[in-house]
Amino acid sequence: MTARNSHGSPFAPHTTEETTAMLEAVGAESVEELFDIPESVRFDGEFGIDSTGERELRAEMRTLLGRNDDLTEFLGRGHYDHYVPSLVDHLADRSEFLTSYTQYQPEITQGFLQVLFEYQSMLVELTGLEIANCSMYDAATALGEAAALADRVRGTSGSQVLVPELMREERRSVLENYTEGAGLTVETYPHDDANADVEALSEVAGEETVMVYAESPTVRGTIEERLEEVADLAHAHDALFVLGSDPVALSVLEKPATIGADVVIGDAATLGLGTSYGMGLGLFATREEFVRQVPGRLVGASTDAAGERTYTLTLQTREQHIRRERATSNICTNQAWVALRTAIHAASLGPSGLVELARECLEAPVDLARRLDDIVGVKAPVHDRHHFREFVVRTDQPAQAVRETLEEYGFAVHAIDEHLIQVCVTETNREKTDALVTAFREAAR
Amino acid sequence: MTLEYTQARWNSDDEGYEPHLAEKNETSVDTDDVPLPDGLKRDELTLPELSEPELARHYTRLSQMNYGVESGPYPLGSCTMKYNPKFTEDVAAHPAAGVHPDRSPESVQGTLELLARLENQLARIGGMDAVTLQPPAGAAGEFVGILIAKAYHESRDDERTEVVIPDAAHGTNFASAAMGGYDVVELPSGDDGRVNIDALEAALSKETAALMLTNPNTLGLFERDIEEIAEMVHEVGGLLYYDGANLNALLGRARPGDMGFDVMHYNVHKTFATPHGGGGPGAGPVGVSEELAEFLPSPHVRASDGGYELFEPERSIGKVHGFMGNWLVLIKAYAYIARLGDEGLADASAKAVLNANYLASQIEYEVPYGPFHHEFVASAGEQDAADVAKRMLDYGVHPPTTKWPELVGEALMTEPTEIENRRSLDQLAEAFDAVASEERETIETAPERTTAKRIDQTEAARNLRLSWQSFDDGS
Ligand SMILES: Cc1ncc(COP(=O)(O)O)c(C=O)c1O
Repeated sequence: MTARNSHGSPFAPHTTEETTAMLEAVGAESVEELFDIPESVRFDGEFGIDSTGERELRAEMRTLLGRNDDLTEFLGRGHYDHYVPSLVDHLADRSEFLTSYTQYQPEITQGFLQVLFEYQSMLVELTGLEIANCSMYDAATALGEAAALADRVRGTSGSQVLVPELMREERRSVLENYTEGAGLTVETYPHDDANADVEALSEVAGEETVMVYAESPTVRGTIEERLEEVADLAHAHDALFVLGSDPVALSVLEKPATIGADVVIGDAATLGLGTSYGMGLGLFATREEFVRQVPGRLVGASTDAAGERTYTLTLQTREQHIRRERATSNICTNQAWVALRTAIHAASLGPSGLVELARECLEAPVDLARRLDDIVGVKAPVHDRHHFREFVVRTDQPAQAVRETLEEYGFAVHAIDEHLIQVCVTETNREKTDALVTAFREAAR
Repeated sequence: MTLEYTQARWNSDDEGYEPHLAEKNETSVDTDDVPLPDGLKRDELTLPELSEPELARHYTRLSQMNYGVESGPYPLGSCTMKYNPKFTEDVAAHPAAGVHPDRSPESVQGTLELLARLENQLARIGGMDAVTLQPPAGAAGEFVGILIAKAYHESRDDERTEVVIPDAAHGTNFASAAMGGYDVVELPSGDDGRVNIDALEAALSKETAALMLTNPNTLGLFERDIEEIAEMVHEVGGLLYYDGANLNALLGRARPGDMGFDVMHYNVHKTFATPHGGGGPGAGPVGVSEELAEFLPSPHVRASDGGYELFEPERSIGKVHGFMGNWLVLIKAYAYIARLGDEGLADASAKAVLNANYLASQIEYEVPYGPFHHEFVASAGEQDAADVAKRMLDYGVHPPTTKWPELVGEALMTEPTEIENRRSLDQLAEAFDAVASEERETIETAPERTTAKRIDQTEAARNLRLSWQSFDDGS
């Protein structure tokens, strides 16, 4: 046994002897001979990247990430932090899950297929829609895909996609990029005190409308109260109604299918991942009649040669590897492992845990808003609505200055307008609300 | 030496190989205590309700009925199924990594510096001038490339309508170009499996927005005429796009930027060893030449007096992800690159290419095109490649990608990567050869030793059951 080349990749196992024998077997003198690259495009420089040992690298990266200030975040606006139980990390990190890939060979990947089937099933219960795919990249791309679907299924021509005035800019930008190629344009309808202004919507909607989008909770944490009217309006114009939400809110809100939603999108990683600097899991659910137009992968049940119930990827003729430029989407690698995490988290909460968590999300903001409202120069909540996790605060002082002072006290909040702050409260920061209120009193002065 | 293998199979009754969660225990919970008026809330929620030990066992059993890189060889062509170093998981799990996207840039300097460092690493590796980390997968990177090409041409008042793509390219190339609103012009491959210069000449025109190329291509062949190809594309005013799926073949030996590519994506879940996660998440950063940097997605990171800040590039295409892409994956990619350094990366490519060549030399199936690099495409000849793959499962190995690229009949697209030693390559070769000599009936009815026996795909598509709720409908 000879030693492995210490200068090579620590993850390539070859001993020098082995390399020599293998070269002999292929009839080459050196590995370089195997590269069929013309001299003129050969790279003979250096990247200038030094190899670092695992111990040193871990220490270095700990220091690097440690440069992030240790703030207590009261942040939301579409990215939410809920406590992820240890169970999720340990089970999702099992290497048979983590190091596998797409289930092209279902006979040897029944485990992951069943996980994804279970994930789809939970979303079916949460949305009331019959079909959920096993992941999009995130909420923003899921929204883009929903618009593309709306465009494909519509019988008559049309080019208008309607979105609410209040939504994350990032989501809208992604939507615009996903729809521009199809010749669609994104237009806005207004809110009335953070609730869809249906009268104004009816003025902008028309026979050109392909899709109407709404979110509940909205980006400001309010629960939309007139969604059925929005859905009816969309349907009157032969447009799809697409609703944005998340699995915790869906645990208690009226089922989207009941309201008339044709597609539900959102960030399912609200369970399972936390905010992770915006990394997400695109939730995508729709009605059965659109199943052949769904983007992304679908897991279905089947039977194997032993007559047993099994799972497999299905309706793959929708996908890019078969349909190429006529595919329903370009997505290939998706967020399956995040879906695994979400499923484990949802399962560990169970229906009682989910309803309880959602109930706290409804109560905590009321509580905190009342306390902030007591502060001189502060009004909370700004909107006279039901709130989920978060709410908007008006400050007499400039919001940016309030935000900065709060940051000095160790708290992160959103400054969303000249005098508007937004605050999000969940079980992960709830114990710090006393301290936040104290700091707010100083900051709002 | 052939592997003896039997995959776990926990159950076999009406409830399949393991009952699903809802079969184990399901409950309905009402929402009476939820402080919302009736019209706004649902009546009840019906979902599985299980204890932690029950769940731990459920998912452990399911994991045993799954196969990953750590289970055995996984030479899935075009997917670069490397070993995923454990320490990268620990680094990404650091609590300080879990920040919210709306944090002020001043308060997340560690995160921004790590992003800047990774951009810098990738720029050097690809020979590009600027890199965005936003695309959450390779296909999203392609889409960014297409949007940049569009913005670039429009900025010159030059609306173009076509994207040229070789017939052997990955399906995402075609789909990404179409999503950008382009017509796809398919480029037939030459007899040697590479771009045919005459065919390219015919395909290119003033309508060409871009040519998308994989190099080495999906047959593992280096496009030897790459400089001439680049010149031809640039001559008509088009951009040259590099699909980075096969970059593991070239590390330290050639760089897309030096070959004349204007835009490229890196596939970090392939080349830089981040776990494939049963289908994802990955990340597909995009590198561009200096001239195209102003079109990159927003936000972008840059150094600013002593620290780092986020900014919107001058003529940014906007966004393709809700924020900065798959951040946790990016951390792992940075850690992998820093662990290997110049020499380790070059060695990874060397061993990947050696392994592919060695394995090809040890199997009976014919490999019609060469010289190939980190992967080869064998032909199953008279056999059905899909059946060959099913039978290979019985030998305890994951089979190659099958039936693609179509240039090779009954294709077995094989990419062992650098992580296999000679012994496991020999086991793979034995699996190939064993199946090559087997009777048609044997391979048609395979597999035997996996959790499930051969699964009926037609039934799955005809009698759609996409949730456990659909079982209750009596279907
Ligand atoms: C050649 C090639 N191009 C593009 C892609 C798409 O990459 P991703 O799956 O990361 O979207 C793949 C892989 O799956 C590929 O093999």
